[in-house]
Amino acid sequence: MTPVLPKPPDALQEFLENLKAVPRRLRETAFRTGPPTTDRTRSTFVFGNVFLHLHSVRTHRWSLRWSTTMGLGIMSVSAFLIALVTGVMLMFYYKPYPEAAYESIKDIHFVVPTGRLIRNLHRWSANIMVIAVILHMARAFYTAAYRRPREYNWLMGIGLLVVTLGLSFTGYLLPWDQLAYWAITIGANIAQSPREVTDALGITEYFDPGGLQRLLLLGSDQVGAEALTRFYLLHVMLLPLVLAALMGVHFWRIRKDGGMVRPADADAQLARVRHQETYPVFTEAPAKTYHLAALVRGRSSNVGRGPENTVPSMPHLFYAELGVLMFTLLVCMLLSLVSDAPLKELANPNVPENPAKAPWYFLGLQELVSFSAFMGGIGVPAIVLVGLGLIPYLDRETEGTGRWFGGAGGWPLVRFSLIFGLCAPILIETVAIRFGWLREWFPDIPQLLVTAINPATLLTAAYALFSIWSIRRYQSVRAGALALFTCFLCGFLVLTIIGTYFRGPNWVFYWSPAEWPKH
Amino acid sequence: MTTKAKTPRSRLDPEPVARRDWLGLSSLWAMGGALLFGFIGMMRLPKAAVLASPSKKFRVAIPENLPAGEAFIPPGRSVAIFKDNEGVYAVSTICTHLGCVVRPKPEGFECPCHGSRFAANGEVTKGPAPRPLPWLKVSLNGGMVTVDEGTNVPPGTRVA
Repeated sequence: MTPVLPKPPDALQEFLENLKAVPRRLRETAFRTGPPTTDRTRSTFVFGNVFLHLHSVRTHRWSLRWSTTMGLGIMSVSAFLIALVTGVMLMFYYKPYPEAAYESIKDIHFVVPTGRLIRNLHRWSANIMVIAVILHMARAFYTAAYRRPREYNWLMGIGLLVVTLGLSFTGYLLPWDQLAYWAITIGANIAQSPREVTDALGITEYFDPGGLQRLLLLGSDQVGAEALTRFYLLHVMLLPLVLAALMGVHFWRIRKDGGMVRPADADAQLARVRHQETYPVFTEAPAKTYHLAALVRGRSSNVGRGPENTVPSMPHLFYAELGVLMFTLLVCMLLSLVSDAPLKELANPNVPENPAKAPWYFLGLQELVSFSAFMGGIGVPAIVLVGLGLIPYLDRETEGTGRWFGGAGGWPLVRFSLIFGLCAPILIETVAIRFGWLREWFPDIPQLLVTAINPATLLTAAYALFSIWSIRRYQSVRAGALALFTCFLCGFLVLTIIGTYFRGPNWVFYWSPAEWPKH
Repeated sequence: MTTKAKTPRSRLDPEPVARRDWLGLSSLWAMGGALLFGFIGMMRLPKAAVLASPSKKFRVAIPENLPAGEAFIPPGRSVAIFKDNEGVYAVSTICTHLGCVVRPKPEGFECPCHGSRFAANGEVTKGPAPRPLPWLKVSLNGGMVTVDEGTNVPPGTRVA
């Protein structure tokens, strides 16, 4: 008797069945842990997805409170994403060559379908990004989020601030109109301003960092086609890459440093709120417990404490983030509908704009530059950046971390710093505007003295001394940090307002643009 | 790794740097060094060796009846040319502060960007400009004036 062999499968049949299964298999291979419909599958979905896994699977309730972050970090990212998408759209038409650049922007503005809206969105999202980044920095500072173990991430944040400003500034040249041309001329000469010192010392011939910086920035000895190519390269390629890399590190670090900063008694504070007890911590038993690789440094890992007061990131955190994204988009859209991005006449290298003003967030610096190019443009900003970067390494206290202004004693201190921080620049500016400065009093004064003693350096010194005095007065390094940062914000605000609203033709002080001389 | 150490060493008292480790470390550093030097060499690229800018020298005819002390600005140039009874001279109109183009006024020059003022001879009288406006090399060629924007001369140098 011959054994009955199993019937060989019909290969064609199998092929057809496989073909039919392709959509299902495609879905299954893309989302290996099944549709994210339960807490467990949502968790596996989050840590199985390369983009989502920058988030932890569960988020502490404290992080989701409105007052913890105000969504400012996500708002910065959202503005960046809007600028990224609209920027790529603009690249379809933009030509980075003098005159052609101006014509192409005109085309985008007047001819290209939706071109004006896209350009407005790009411009407004860039502005919103600068504002959001500065406010986000203030939030991180005033909740002391820079402290251990987040010191390094504070430095990453300062790097992101610098790259954000760099992106805005390089974008300012691209339309090649009068506004752009003269702002870049001023910017490039600020890069050259170390010559103010090397010239005064008579060593420019041998040691000329200023000239090198300008040459590298412009690729030539004047603002022309070479400069436009370089600014374009920086704006669409180099700086976005640096920004993306820094952003990756910044977000990764948030997670590795234990999520959002929160006060030591956050759980106790949350327990007082009624409705939050209703959401079950786990809707099903965890399929996976922490193993060694899941342990991170910091005090916020949940090992040994259970996941109290955390909720699944998906959907709670993601909805919050999407909400902020939509809000940012709405704000950009509304602003774009009511206010067009400016475009002045074609760049004319022989007739400067009068007044020639940089983008608003640089007008504070321009105000300082109007006393000394080197100190206002390079010296003081460098001191400010180093000062901000040192804060987490000098303030190593732990009390009040995660609390706005560090708890009850903080606000009066900040209020006092606000008064000092606002009065000091107003006073110094008043003297400089009313009575002039050293050169008018002593026409033969050496340039080095003007570089060393001017409103920019005096203001920096006043702020530094005030911070040191605060450390002594309150016997707390944190007090000094609060004073320093508050002063920095106040100085930025006052100088920006003076530069924006009170400076007219020839950088003369006017109470309002209505008083500007007619010509 | 087996080494024949003369004195027996324990795990708590190891060789300072094992030979094979040294080789490994030095090759790592060599790789790092090679990449670094290669990168530094490449960074020469953005520093332009030839500047794509138009010639700094230009020739221009100045008006016959140019009054003494009044500036003549050749179209498209940032230079003010003067003529008085001692001769012809040229002063750069690029502000030494941040590169804006200054405007001639009866009493000297003024900069629209940050309010620097200069006397008629280029000396700074007000504002943030760190240096006087440079005087430029001028040569006369029949009725024409040749100005070299790339060469400065001491203030007061006139060509008759």
